[in-house]
Amino acid sequence: MSSVTLKNIVKRFGSFTAVHPTNLEIPEGTFVTLLGPSGCGKTTNLRMIAGLLDPTEGEILIGGKRVNDVPIHKRNLGIVFQNYALFPHKTVAENVAFGLKYRDVPKADIAGKVQAALDLVQLPDVGDRYPKALSGGQQQRIALARAIVVEPEVLLLDEPLSALDANLREDMRVELKRIQHQIGVTTVFVTHDQSEALAMSDTIVVMSAGRVEQVGSPSDVYNTPASEFVANFLGASNILAGHCEQKDAQGVVLDAPLFGKVHVPSDKAGQVQQGPAKLVLRAEKLTLFDESTATDGLVTAPARVETVDYQGQTVRYFVRVGDTQLQAINMIDDTPFAEGSAVTVGFRPQDCAALQGG
Amino acid sequence: MGWNLIRAWSIGVYIFMFLPVAVVVLLSFNASQFGSFPMTGFSLRWFVELWNNEAILRAFRTSIVLGLMTAMISTTLGVLASLALVRYRVPGANTISTLLIAPILVPEVVLAVALLLFLNFLGINKSFGLLLFGHVIFTLPFVILVVQARLISIKRDVEEAAMSLGATPVQTFFQITLPLMLPAVLAGALFAFTISFDDITGTLFWKPGGVETVPTQIFAMLRNSISPEINALGTVMIVMTVGLPLLGVGIARQLAKKSGT
Repeated sequence: MSSVTLKNIVKRFGSFTAVHPTNLEIPEGTFVTLLGPSGCGKTTNLRMIAGLLDPTEGEILIGGKRVNDVPIHKRNLGIVFQNYALFPHKTVAENVAFGLKYRDVPKADIAGKVQAALDLVQLPDVGDRYPKALSGGQQQRIALARAIVVEPEVLLLDEPLSALDANLREDMRVELKRIQHQIGVTTVFVTHDQSEALAMSDTIVVMSAGRVEQVGSPSDVYNTPASEFVANFLGASNILAGHCEQKDAQGVVLDAPLFGKVHVPSDKAGQVQQGPAKLVLRAEKLTLFDESTATDGLVTAPARVETVDYQGQTVRYFVRVGDTQLQAINMIDDTPFAEGSAVTVGFRPQDCAALQGG
Repeated sequence: MGWNLIRAWSIGVYIFMFLPVAVVVLLSFNASQFGSFPMTGFSLRWFVELWNNEAILRAFRTSIVLGLMTAMISTTLGVLASLALVRYRVPGANTISTLLIAPILVPEVVLAVALLLFLNFLGINKSFGLLLFGHVIFTLPFVILVVQARLISIKRDVEEAAMSLGATPVQTFFQITLPLMLPAVLAGALFAFTISFDDITGTLFWKPGGVETVPTQIFAMLRNSISPEINALGTVMIVMTVGLPLLGVGIARQLAKKSGT
């Protein structure tokens, strides 16, 4: 197990810059997720850590040692690929044993280690089958067993869940996290799925267009997005351009359109200074009320329901406040509001966040 | 009505294609002195005569050695070329690929004369080596076509997985890539062998004096008369050039089934 450090890493393909100067510190034993839309450079970063791509500039350190010139087969990593990448001509046991052959593992110990790895992924009885006889989820478990049996310094997961169907994906998510906890290996996970990132990570690195947008715990990046991109990429947000009028120890006072003055507490206001600022309001924090309901302590505005998108457990409303359309995702108690009804929308000031900029 | 017509037509085409072959096989068992109808009785006499014909046996040995060497060299070169073209970013890969395939498109006689003139120009004499060289040139495209197609279907991430587990690139090739493309490699080698074994046009131009392959030997024998021996030889060749590839395809299929791809 080792830490991973990226120092001023840059990757260019011809004239295209896939990764702009990036610094990242992944402490030993943590589960770090690189999250972003396709083309944001997350996979490029992973492949550079793996040694499948050479960085154009900068240094990669694994366990404090520079590995830029260490080829992939000497880096002692475990990689799980999106499409499993099992060896189709080898049995499951041979697949799992593959990496052990290249390490100083006594022959007599190999079978035991293979079995232990298969037990860990809860597929103890498939050793003599061929990969094609297994389901997608099972194949991905074998791929994981193959990667961890060699006790790698770092486990690299390249969208390992996206080839699985929805139910299986959620099971595997829990499973993957359990195994990572159990063996405590430093893990770098690449995904474009925000719910996977939020559920599994110790730290999330949100990336966009080759740059790191924010590094933080799941609740940090979710509740206190550092940029408009992060606010929009992790769930749906309403972003209102306003003006920061006052800043003190308690927080900032933001004059937002539609809602007037909002006191944003300091832990949600980041580095916002006086001047143009934005109010970030998550769709699930904006609640619809009957016009008659008392809404003490909330910041409110009158609104009209334009679209109702019923999703069973929740309902997504598009409401019009003045000349602006806002999105709200609410739990349903009984019947949702009808399209066209007049309502009050409101939120608690501590549930929103402020960003600098116009 | 329409279907019956098509059916009858298809049968007609097959008869047209295979009847001459069937006739050769049939006549090879004819007891008569002459290599033509009527059949006068069943006999293996001509196969025995063939077995005792020193010139034909020599031609046979030449053909087999030539075919095996052609297959070995073409397959090795073809696999290496396919690896380079598919797995690495070679500048001008498309052009190289087209040039390697081109010998299929150029009429064989043109290729034969061109190579001969070229070597004359360089002052190199005809030799068995030159004959082998010529055969490699026009069997290589077949190997490359088959192996390349297979290699494209082998995902790069399987190789990357092997390397991430500690296998060097060379170990990865022998442990993963080669076993996975083995069916195509065997098919390519068989193609190369049968094409070389069958070839006459290029061989006539390139063979040094005194060296005969089976096809050129038959050609030489036909100048005198149609000996029944030739029918027997034809039968043997049909067994070899049809039977061997079928066997090869069968083996390749078994291997592919085992590896599950």
